[in-house]
Amino acid sequence: MRGSWLLLASALVAGSVLLPGSAARAQKLPEGNACIDCHRGIGDPRVTPPAEKFPQDIHLAKGILCQDCHGGDPKNFDPQGSMNPAKGFIGKPKHQAIPQLCGKCHSNAAYMKKFNPTMRVDQVQEYWTSVHGRKLREGDQKVATCISCHDVHKIRAIKDQQAWTYPVKVVETCGRCHGDAKYMEGYKIATDVVDKYKKSVHCEALTKKGDLSAPTCNVCHGNHGATPPGVDSVANVCGTCHSLTADFFNQSPHKKAFAVMGLAPCVTCHSNHDVTKPSDTLVGTDQQAVCVNCHDPASAGYQKAAAIRTSLDELRGAVQRAAGILDRAEHAGMEVSQAKFELRGATDALLKTRATVHQFDPVPIKKLSDEGVQVANKMYDKGVKAMDDLRFRHRGLWISVGIILVAIAGLVLKIKEIDRSR
Amino acid sequence: MGRSANPLAGLARTLNAWLDERIDVSGIRELIRHKVVPVHHHTVWYYFGGMTLFLFVIQVLTGILLLLYYRPSAEEAFESVQFIVTEVEFGWLIRSIHSWSANLLVATMMIHLFSVYFTQAYRKPRELTWVSGMCLFGIFLFFGFSGYLLPWNELAYFATKVGTDVAGQVPVVGHLMARILRGGDDVTGATLSRFYGFHVAILPLATTAILGLHLFLVQKQGMSVPPEVERSGHPFRTMPFLPDFLLRDLVGWLSALAVLGALAAYFPWELGVKADPFAPAPAGIRPEWYFMYMFQTLKYIPAKIGPIDGELVGVLGFGLGGLFLLLVPFLDRKAARGEKSPLFFWIGIGIVAYIVVLSVLGYVEPGGK
Repeated sequence: MRGSWLLLASALVAGSVLLPGSAARAQKLPEGNACIDCHRGIGDPRVTPPAEKFPQDIHLAKGILCQDCHGGDPKNFDPQGSMNPAKGFIGKPKHQAIPQLCGKCHSNAAYMKKFNPTMRVDQVQEYWTSVHGRKLREGDQKVATCISCHDVHKIRAIKDQQAWTYPVKVVETCGRCHGDAKYMEGYKIATDVVDKYKKSVHCEALTKKGDLSAPTCNVCHGNHGATPPGVDSVANVCGTCHSLTADFFNQSPHKKAFAVMGLAPCVTCHSNHDVTKPSDTLVGTDQQAVCVNCHDPASAGYQKAAAIRTSLDELRGAVQRAAGILDRAEHAGMEVSQAKFELRGATDALLKTRATVHQFDPVPIKKLSDEGVQVANKMYDKGVKAMDDLRFRHRGLWISVGIILVAIAGLVLKIKEIDRSR
Repeated sequence: MGRSANPLAGLARTLNAWLDERIDVSGIRELIRHKVVPVHHHTVWYYFGGMTLFLFVIQVLTGILLLLYYRPSAEEAFESVQFIVTEVEFGWLIRSIHSWSANLLVATMMIHLFSVYFTQAYRKPRELTWVSGMCLFGIFLFFGFSGYLLPWNELAYFATKVGTDVAGQVPVVGHLMARILRGGDDVTGATLSRFYGFHVAILPLATTAILGLHLFLVQKQGMSVPPEVERSGHPFRTMPFLPDFLLRDLVGWLSALAVLGALAAYFPWELGVKADPFAPAPAGIRPEWYFMYMFQTLKYIPAKIGPIDGELVGVLGFGLGGLFLLLVPFLDRKAARGEKSPLFFWIGIGIVAYIVVLSVLGYVEPGGK
């Protein structure tokens, strides 16, 4: 019973600490505000949500109230007076008017500085460059505007873990439209992207490993200026994180070849939304390798792919062999932490070799691989020595135990002899 | 066999004669010649005192060897122990035997303590032998506590933090005591230096003095015979200490040596990872097994008992328990008269059961391992 109380108390404490934006952080609504009092008290579910949601809105926390967006006179409790167009009342803004409405403040650098001097003010400008913005201007009423991604009347700071724009929530936010085949009918774009992304290594890093720097939709597509990257810009998009790999690719003969063939860099071999953790089998000349999709066995590229794969396999094998024996020695109680630390040199070489693969030149790859193999073999030798030491210890123990047993037997005989003589 | 046939016996005689000409050792020779050990069905417990002494000698010898390479600073301690177990010839063996022997020593010492308790060997006239033994028990526990930190690994670092926190709970002097132990407000390199000083200088000095007194009293007063054996009225035989009892002791010591060797070869003492004072406490921090019952008790005590801190109640409880054991020869009046004292017997059973149950719980409870 005591345990369950403790559990409950811990859960409550953890809940209040780990869930920012929960009820504990809700703001108090101002008193004597006609908009809030009426919308809250009227009892009609069509008009109460704004007042119900507003306590958790970042704008309320900053002192921005209903009239700052909707106009009107909140001091006047007569509906005719408070919702008087003469007092600037605009009611529920039209869909296409929302970017401009938000931009009234958010594009005003002088005004935004009062709240956060480093806050960007180009969101609306960027929005008009996005597919969403362009289609909105064309009169499309279904495309996303500010409130589609940031919520309405319950807008949270982007760092708030419950915000729709918090990195781990972005895929759900975009997926509300882009994962809905019915809603997206007529746009002629795939709606399986959300499901695909959830299988990707990026989603795993973001949601399972908690790596908030891992990409989600907006990192590759942009957020306010969301647009699919074209064939020419894919390498730049991936290269913002995978910069070394992108540099290697740009120096490689593939850059020109891909451009000629109209193939997008990166995604042609690695796929896009469902990009999985690449394995060494992607390179080479066997069935799983992507190289054989373009290179036939008679080509020089085919031979290079085989050579690159051999270098990778050699280094990976050497690292696995060394790690295996060091693990066995460690489990047997041997102190091999220094060797395990030094083996990181070979693991790093394997990572560098894998990045260098994007140069598609077997010579530097072989050089790097050989350096790594040398380190791994040295550590393997240390593992072998540790296992030899272990066997030596066990042999030494049994020899010592044998000598001790002989001594004990001698003592026992002596004791018996003394006992008999008394 | 003629006298001249045994060269060793001849050498011993010559040496004796040489010594006799210079110092009169006849008293010691007579003491050894006449020293006897009572033989009855509790004689087996007599061996645990000697076993503890043997393990202490192992500690001293292996400790001296470790001193040759160990460097007592937060920057170098972990690396020096790592060097000992990986690079120094047989360093792994010396370090493992030192660690395992320390644990076996505490175990044999506890058996020795409780066998003396239950056979009421503390009764008059051996009160001082008991008190000096209890002091040695406290010193050896502190040996264990201070030695645990010396490799400066993560587990030891945080266990020392907890341990010194507990010491800080002692009323009035607790804060000062914790500061003296730590050499500051927190466990740092200064604590390591201090613990090293305690471990290799202060505690060995205290041990030498008190162990000397303890052994002197044991020789002076001879082995205690349990009151029930005395009361039974049956005559019991004795065996000469030299060579009968010592040979049997040797069998035990050699067996202990074999066990130590096997433990060192098959279960080398782990080094763990270097302590990082800025890292969060790892899961599963725990003290050495002989402090586990205290650690577990403190986990069960609520944070507050009325207006008093729970930890303070725990510390006071252990303090009173220790004081009771220290003063038991003066409290148990019946034993002093050679009578049965069931109250003290059952208190002893209670203490042993408490230590065993709480220690086991410490290891089997989720998160205890």
